[in-house]
Amino acid sequence: MDEHRLFSLGMLILTVLCTAGYLLAAWRQSLRGREWPIWRLAFWLMGAFLLAVSLSPGVMRWAHLNLRWHMGQHLLLGMVAPLSLVLAAPVTLLLRSLSTDWARRVTACLQSELVRCLCHPLTALLLNIGGMYLLYATPLYAASLQSPGLHHLLHVHFILAGYLFCQAILGGPDRTVAHGEGLRLGVLLAAIAAHSILGKLMYGYLWPVGLTQPPEQIRAAAQLMFYGGDLVEMLMLAVLLLGGRLTRRQPLPLVRV
Amino acid sequence: MAHTSTQPADHRRSLLCALPMGIGLMAAVDEILFHQVLQWHHFFDQATSTIGVLSDGLLHAGELFALVLGAILLIRLARSRRLVVCQAWAGGLLGAGGFQLFDGIISHKVLRIHQIRYEVDLFWYDLSWNAIALVLILIGLLVWRRGRSCVGG
Repeated sequence: MDEHRLFSLGMLILTVLCTAGYLLAAWRQSLRGREWPIWRLAFWLMGAFLLAVSLSPGVMRWAHLNLRWHMGQHLLLGMVAPLSLVLAAPVTLLLRSLSTDWARRVTACLQSELVRCLCHPLTALLLNIGGMYLLYATPLYAASLQSPGLHHLLHVHFILAGYLFCQAILGGPDRTVAHGEGLRLGVLLAAIAAHSILGKLMYGYLWPVGLTQPPEQIRAAAQLMFYGGDLVEMLMLAVLLLGGRLTRRQPLPLVRV
Repeated sequence: MAHTSTQPADHRRSLLCALPMGIGLMAAVDEILFHQVLQWHHFFDQATSTIGVLSDGLLHAGELFALVLGAILLIRLARSRRLVVCQAWAGGLLGAGGFQLFDGIISHKVLRIHQIRYEVDLFWYDLSWNAIALVLILIGLLVWRRGRSCVGG
């Protein structure tokens, strides 16, 4: 159990450091007279708080024993926290805070072929949802319960893949390439379908494969995945549509023309 | 975005923006009641039950999209003070009835991708299914006609 405690502590320190950096950068922006939106700051704090809670030693221990807790943790780490962090636009804040030289270097890195490929909605979909199928439809999850290293890697993957996916779908100021609204919407709909299908398969076949937990617990976890996933994905849909042309065009034409 | 309150109430747009809401709600009723609770049918029943579950996932995604899109359109319209509530009700009813009728005629009878239920005499099921759709559409049309005198707000 000591390894789990160490992992929790490490992630907690990382979260606190990033939050301190974000606050400092936002504060410096306002000193220079370029106010950083307070709602973005609030989203960062919420995301960081959710990360800290779901990676705390107590939650980690319960999630290890009980699949429902694991699923709740998974929803927070892979969906709610990333959505909140993406809305905080940390990359934009970073670029604004760096010197011109460094900002240029970071931009060059973000524009590199690798990052552009990773940030493509389809890649992000594959990493996020594909990873989830790999985890629950194969004995991978059962194996991760035996190996702390694999278990921790899995949590880091949840966070990173979730962030990448939210970023690729929502775009916003942090985007590196402007992908079309239709593509992003289509990929999000595919993700919703794939997520709900996996929830049902888990309910029906009592996945994760090779787990010995009682069936009621597995079914409850699958239900949490189905409905919880729906809720967050509806929020993502709302954010995507609110920022897009599909709804913005609607009340305006008669006013403008 | 500054909205002036002098804009006229928009009856047609109120109806159109509520359509996705009605479609999404009816799809949700269909999915929850018939696909999940009663498990009478899936969206696509001509292959294995796994394909049925997969096709239900697509229906589910489309239905969430319709609900969120409808909600946003209605809220935007209400914020610009051009929403006519009774016409939005008409739109919702027409959307719900339209989806039900489309499901009843096109999916069940023309494309035959699924039936309402299996191993029973379908006639009464089909009849009541499409009758409910027509009643919804009829009420929607009545609300729309009566709502022409409504003012926005």
